[in-house]
Amino acid sequence: MKLSKLVIAAAVVAAGASTITTSAFAQAKEQFFPLLSYRTGPYAPNGVPWANGKQDYIKMINARDGGINGVKLTFEECETGYATDRGVECYERLKGRPGVSLFDPQATGITFALTEKAPVDKIPLMTLGYGLSVAQDGQAFKWNFPFMGSYWTGADILIQHIGKAAGGMDKLKGKKIALVYHDSPFGKEPIPLLQERSKMHGFELQMLPVTAPGVEQKATWLQVRQSRPDYVLLWGWGVMNSTALKEAQATGYPRDKMYGVWWAGAEPDVRDVGEGAKGYNALALNTSGQQPKVIQDILKNVHDKGQGTGPKDEVGSVLYTRGVIIQMLAVESVRRAQERFGKGKVMTGEQVRWGMENLALDQKKLDAMGFGGVMRPLSTSCADHMGSTWARVHTWDGAKWNFSSDWYQADEQILKPMIKAGADKYLADKKMTRRDAADCQS
Amino acid sequence: MLYRENGQFKTSYRADQQIFPIAQDRIAIALLLAVAFLVVPMLASDYIFRAILIPFVIMALAALGVNILVGYCGQISLGSGAFMAVGAYGAYNFFVRFPGMPLIPALILGGLCATFFGILFGLPSLRVKGLYLAVATLAAQFFSDWMFLRIKWFTNNSDSGSVSVNNLQVFGLPIESATSKYLFCLALLVVVALLAKNLVRGAIGREWMAIRDMDVAAAVIGIRPMYAKLSAFAVSSFIVGMAGALWAFVHLGAWEPAAFSVEISFRLLFMVIIGGLGSISGGFFGAAFIVVLPIVLNQFLPAFMGLFGIEVSTAGVSHAELMIFGALIVWFLIVEPHGLAKLWSTAKQKLRLWPFPH
Repeated sequence: MKLSKLVIAAAVVAAGASTITTSAFAQAKEQFFPLLSYRTGPYAPNGVPWANGKQDYIKMINARDGGINGVKLTFEECETGYATDRGVECYERLKGRPGVSLFDPQATGITFALTEKAPVDKIPLMTLGYGLSVAQDGQAFKWNFPFMGSYWTGADILIQHIGKAAGGMDKLKGKKIALVYHDSPFGKEPIPLLQERSKMHGFELQMLPVTAPGVEQKATWLQVRQSRPDYVLLWGWGVMNSTALKEAQATGYPRDKMYGVWWAGAEPDVRDVGEGAKGYNALALNTSGQQPKVIQDILKNVHDKGQGTGPKDEVGSVLYTRGVIIQMLAVESVRRAQERFGKGKVMTGEQVRWGMENLALDQKKLDAMGFGGVMRPLSTSCADHMGSTWARVHTWDGAKWNFSSDWYQADEQILKPMIKAGADKYLADKKMTRRDAADCQS
Repeated sequence: MLYRENGQFKTSYRADQQIFPIAQDRIAIALLLAVAFLVVPMLASDYIFRAILIPFVIMALAALGVNILVGYCGQISLGSGAFMAVGAYGAYNFFVRFPGMPLIPALILGGLCATFFGILFGLPSLRVKGLYLAVATLAAQFFSDWMFLRIKWFTNNSDSGSVSVNNLQVFGLPIESATSKYLFCLALLVVVALLAKNLVRGAIGREWMAIRDMDVAAAVIGIRPMYAKLSAFAVSSFIVGMAGALWAFVHLGAWEPAAFSVEISFRLLFMVIIGGLGSISGGFFGAAFIVVLPIVLNQFLPAFMGLFGIEVSTAGVSHAELMIFGALIVWFLIVEPHGLAKLWSTAKQKLRLWPFPH
């Protein structure tokens, strides 16, 4: 009797699974955006606003402009839970959809796994502000696009800012800087650059790893209390950030000596700590708030019609705005590709890749799109897949983030040779060669 | 009626000792293999291969290994993820440090690394038993997590701790397409499963089971506990290590230590318990349940709710997936505590009498 029930249950599941696979392939002339996201797990507080921003921007483009030159945009979300194997499963599930444009894996671990797969499937990867730092070298990494910054540019800007705050880069000599980092590829990426800078300026670099997901930090902060570093760099994500701030409060480490990367500088990180996080600094790639025109457009075209994703008052938060920027860059890449390969057509992954490589978003364009003041202009090329290496620092005043520095640009002089060396090592390991000039035109 | 052994007489010991003494079983297995090797590659899509079949085959291999240790020898282990990691990083180091190293020897050497590691962490099993051993093997897990995160040599001095392989080849044939990856893993699984089945049917398997059932009595009848337990650790971690190397090389391509975290140890243990302790087929059932079910639920739920006009959010689906998955595990273990393999053998027993049950 149990067995028969089991058989029926299995049959129902199988029937359901087969209907999905058939129904999903029915649509045609639509540009499809696969959205990998994580709304569950220890990183969910940060993953949710990010994913909401991406969805809302697509909905807004459809509602306001009717798509890109008449091509409707569709999307489907796939939950990864920040786990690499689920991310790979999502990628495999969504990559075959018609009109698929590009993937934003939303996690450094998944990015590493997909970097091997993307060239085979000819689908570009966009990793805004994360992923492989050496992938800025577009001649070696044809399919990776770390737009607007990598962990190396972030670390470089933080050291520049700290040097400025200390009264000149030469004042860093003999100082002690601790890196409290998430013990994963995400946290370890900045280390080579920091080591380089520490050799240049003579500061001591103290490495303090925190085991993922980052709720257990007592031992780390005991070390901070012991060695009293002059500055703490926080390379955390999700629940790790607020825990670090609470631990700093408990240890009595001054929060205004703490500097987070841009993934450690959003509302979910500081909200629960509130007053305790006052004075804490973090990098910012974008503004927050509901004033920018694009956010107003989203509110008007999506949320006021009751089609918004997530709560209305979170629209315009730091990570939400970053999600909007990511999706905007995806949409603009498709638009740019259409300029060359035919307006009003659905672009393939290869064509979108060309669009990503030839983006030119100057101030005028950004202003026209409603992104004036939200981000810096960005222009990519075959050699430079990043497009912009600018960021500034913002500080939490207990209630909101305020900008506390001017824009910084990462130091080309230091980054360039490191990226070249890293990319060459990658190519040598894989027995590949650099793209030649002809390939850059394609 | 169809599944009856009347008239199948065994006239020699050889005939009586076959793996599948009943003719129908032999036919069924031959058909199953034919389907797996010939029909599936023709029908399955790229997605089915890469997202479902390849992970299933590799995890079935790992579950097989864990089953030898936990199911046959009764040594509960929570260090299976560590053995997978050692296999993966061992194979990786042989693969990148020796130019021209072919894939299969690299996998076997990775498995041998895991064997050594398994014996090392199997030593406590000579003194502690049951749950205490489970906790002791957790040490292996934590040690490997630490080792592959901290010791840069193991990751070939990669800055981020993430490593990758490409240009996989077997006898000059590239292992790039989904079909070739699947067939390669499946062939390995079939070979290992056959070896394992014969191992557990033989003298050494009987020693393991004797140790599992009552180690004092086993020692009294002349079984050396040290030899039996450590050989179970060695064989099990060899298989698990190979599965780890396949998971890293073939399925992920690029991986970080988090791919073999303690969570994978738990999942392997669940696979063995749900699939059926002490049975080779149990590993396959368990792997199917743990690997495939969440993915099917994840895709089935939105469509199912869509039938009633309800749209569920991504978060809602993944929460529901976890809840249903958990509830199913509990339900299964209440209905059939001996796992899916037992359910299967009950079905076979009933089939023998069908359609005239007593």
